[in-house]
Amino acid sequence: MSKVLITIDGKGFLADSEKTVLEVARENHIYIPTLCNLEGIKPQGSCRICTCMIDGRMMTACTTPVNNGMVVVTKTDELDKLRSKIVELLFAEGNHFCPACERSGNCELQALAYLYKIMVPEFDYIFPNRDVDATHPKLILDHNRCILCKRCIRRKKEAENPTWFVFENRGNHVKINFDHELTADMDDEMAQKAMDTCPVGAIIRKEKGYDVPIGRRKYDLHPIGSDIEGKE
Amino acid sequence: MSKPIVATTSLAGCFGCHMSLLDIDERILDLFDLVEFNKSPIDDIKTFTKECDIGIIEGGCCNSENVHVLQEFRKHCKTLVVIGECAIMGGLPAMRNNVAPISECLEEAYLNCVSVQANEEKIIPNDDELPMILDKVYPCHEVVKIDYFIPGCAPRADLIWNALVALVTGNEMELPYEVLKYD
Repeated sequence: MSKVLITIDGKGFLADSEKTVLEVARENHIYIPTLCNLEGIKPQGSCRICTCMIDGRMMTACTTPVNNGMVVVTKTDELDKLRSKIVELLFAEGNHFCPACERSGNCELQALAYLYKIMVPEFDYIFPNRDVDATHPKLILDHNRCILCKRCIRRKKEAENPTWFVFENRGNHVKINFDHELTADMDDEMAQKAMDTCPVGAIIRKEKGYDVPIGRRKYDLHPIGSDIEGKE
Repeated sequence: MSKPIVATTSLAGCFGCHMSLLDIDERILDLFDLVEFNKSPIDDIKTFTKECDIGIIEGGCCNSENVHVLQEFRKHCKTLVVIGECAIMGGLPAMRNNVAPISECLEEAYLNCVSVQANEEKIIPNDDELPMILDKVYPCHEVVKIDYFIPGCAPRADLIWNALVALVTGNEMELPYEVLKYD
């Protein structure tokens, strides 16, 4: 494995040539916000939250492999504005009723909104008509909250398990679904894993929720990414 | 200089945001030193008796009366601040927006619901005295122009306090991470 020299935010780093910009930044405790990316699954670069200035162009850090002499800027006012507008669009596009969500406080979308101090989305709410599938014994699928990041689908495809989650329909009507027969004997651990894969509250375990009091949840006191930056 | 005048109201909300305003504890005494209240449940003045500087709105618009009150606030207040998720995105009342048309909601509430027993004549309230229910629950900023937004359900007392102090003193608002929450 060869090494390359890249510059992130003015600092030089020696990095493995097979890694992506995001991976190298994480290793060196530089936080680049992500949403559709999850460690251990192949990045797809669909949410565009991790967009950085790479060699003067806006590129997604999660899918761009490092190159010798590459110059990366992870944080500018323009990038932050772009990222916060993506979050605002996601809030306006779905039905994200935070006060009534089991995932509130542990939700990555909400945490990003806190990070960018979004008081209100600039865009009008769509209030799409979406349903909730609570027929499975262990899991609830709430399509109102789904941001279609495909993390649940991609994780299962790459693990040894057969594909549980799939996309159903096309275009504007696309939604996640899963095989109820294959997952009928799902145990609590697998259900928890499926729930943890979801960045928002679209996949929720049944008979579980609100068990961490307000003030002690993941993003109540510390912003998302503060563990990577090692501030706290 | 006379004190800034504040008006508050609750539209389609639960009064939780007003409770959170009271949650500023003994700072409420400072607040009464800083500002004068006009139309507000806090002093029980029902209609505007003078032009106000700051209007604080809780809750979204679910009926014609909410829209009327909101428009009155816009007319009589220089600066409008909405507080809470309901005012910002409709909140829990807006959960009906994506579920069913309003006719189905009313039928469910007054005719078909399992707990409906006394309504033998199958009446859906439709008196002229009653405000008309809107087709959807609207966030305040989709009805009139809103100047500032304070999210939370309810917004933390510190957040409301910081916002009020910033508005009254003209300084930039303090916004620590712990106080900006959506739930």
